[in-house]
Amino acid sequence: MTEMTIRVVLVVGLYVFIGNSGILSFGHVSFMSIGAYAFVWISCCTLPALKPLYLPGLPIVLQETALPSPAGIAAAAALAGGSALVIGSILMRLSGTAASIATFSLLAGQYALFRNWTGVTGGTSSLANVPVFMNSAIGTLLAIGAVLIAWLHHQSRYGLMLRAARDEQTASKASGVNVWLVRTIAFGLSGLIMGVGGAMQAGFLGIVTVDAFYLDVTFLTLAMLIVGGSGSLSGAVVGVIALTAVTEMLRRFEVGIHLGDALLALPRGFQEVGLGIVMILVMIFRPAGIMNGRELTVGHFRLKR
Amino acid sequence: MIHFLQTLIDALSLGSLYALAALGIGLLFGIMRLINFAHGDFVALSAYALILPSTDVVSTLFIGSLSWPLLIAAILTFGVVVALLSNFAVFRRMRTASPQNLMVVSFALGYVIQNLIMTVYGARPKALGLWSSLTQVIDVGGLRVPLLQLVTIGVTAGLLLGLLLFMRKTPFGIQMRAAADDFRMARFLGVRADFVIALSFAISGLLAGVVSLLFVVQTGVLAPTMASDIVIFAFIATVVGGMGSLPGAVLGGLLVGAASSLLQAYLPDGIRAFRDVFVFLFVIALLLVRPSGIIRLKQFEERV
Repeated sequence: MTEMTIRVVLVVGLYVFIGNSGILSFGHVSFMSIGAYAFVWISCCTLPALKPLYLPGLPIVLQETALPSPAGIAAAAALAGGSALVIGSILMRLSGTAASIATFSLLAGQYALFRNWTGVTGGTSSLANVPVFMNSAIGTLLAIGAVLIAWLHHQSRYGLMLRAARDEQTASKASGVNVWLVRTIAFGLSGLIMGVGGAMQAGFLGIVTVDAFYLDVTFLTLAMLIVGGSGSLSGAVVGVIALTAVTEMLRRFEVGIHLGDALLALPRGFQEVGLGIVMILVMIFRPAGIMNGRELTVGHFRLKR
Repeated sequence: MIHFLQTLIDALSLGSLYALAALGIGLLFGIMRLINFAHGDFVALSAYALILPSTDVVSTLFIGSLSWPLLIAAILTFGVVVALLSNFAVFRRMRTASPQNLMVVSFALGYVIQNLIMTVYGARPKALGLWSSLTQVIDVGGLRVPLLQLVTIGVTAGLLLGLLLFMRKTPFGIQMRAAADDFRMARFLGVRADFVIALSFAISGLLAGVVSLLFVVQTGVLAPTMASDIVIFAFIATVVGGMGSLPGAVLGGLLVGAASSLLQAYLPDGIRAFRDVFVFLFVIALLLVRPSGIIRLKQFEERV
């Protein structure tokens, strides 16, 4: 449950940029990583001697402080959002496939940087004893917050202009939309949400490693967004719920189910394989995802398209 | 001078490997706008075909125990079959899909293959000594060059020449170039779409087989994610060279390989670990100057 709220935050973060702009980004997990490490830098390690030992490259001020978790989350949001804004302002001069590949090289570059920057990130070794603040209540609260932010952005003129640029770039330019600007704003906002997601992950597991923020998470979160349908905010949330249910089910099958006396169990690793196959099938038979670009509606309350 | 020449050969051989991988990716992009994230997993799967399926730490040779001409033929065939199978099982059903969906599907397919490898062979890396005589170092006028580097460069040059002739001189190659140029027009003129796409998958799989052999001999290690580094660089190479252009893919591969070898050789010790970071920065910078890569093709420019 708590894990699912983290995923909601991450996938909604992706949606803010990918869903509204239509540009596939492989690089947003970088901001998750930045968020998680920002959380460690600010809030980690209640034992005073631990941080200087782990991370001798940090500025002295940071080495000696360990602020409470909310400050860490705020720092994660600020640092991830800030760096996403700067990086986005550069990358958003590209469009289409070139932009997607550039975000991929962002992910690989950030991974290589954090892996080797031993003094500041601990390199390949994992940082343990990160304060654990997550429970399902806090997780749900943050997830609702993320959905709310995404919804506000979706409703704002920036969201509208961004979707206009997604559907018809040239016409929207001709109508006075500054495509670069609205994309950069969405990139920054979505990086910020991813950063919070990273801090949540750190504060859930109590342990941070560079490898936790690479291709696997990228794949899982993208899969959730696309399977749910990247065309709508409901799609993002539905995708998380659907794929979490599928993986949970496959995990059960992997452990084995009892049929009479026989224990039926799928081979290990089938969870991932099954997830990939589900995703391929959704793409073949329902290319726009489960929600197909529509929003869930409750009575008269509905999102503007 | 000697040091420089040695670095140059390093650069060429690394660049060749990237160029071969980039070519396998660029070919499919040119014809069906598919950015094939599963290419690295084709490479890994071909490499794993060398050994018997088991999760043991020690690897037992399977195809790897054949004599070398048979071995090469078997692995290349295996690569071709893997690529063709994924075409028939997945990509054939997505003919009308958007490039984004294709990209996502290939990502998913790669994930499936990688996890299948982990399930069947185990997740831990395995040592595999294949053709260790190739790794010996020979002395050419004061230069000490691993034989394998020369083989890599030679094989690449040969393959490029062969592919060039195939694309220029044979009817199949000409059909492929026509399809890459304007797929719809080519179909009107009688080019069979299924055939051309299957053919490009086959060639792409063949190239994956070649890369897997060269890479396994070089590193002597099998791992489920063994090819992900090469493929990340190969992607970048196709973009740098110009999406969809085959000479561009080769050029991009050589350039990226040269950039990382030269940085490896000439960066100061303290920051050498950050070599890849510099390579990726260089790529982003280059994309900003020339968003459509070095060789710009007119059919990929957005038209209104």
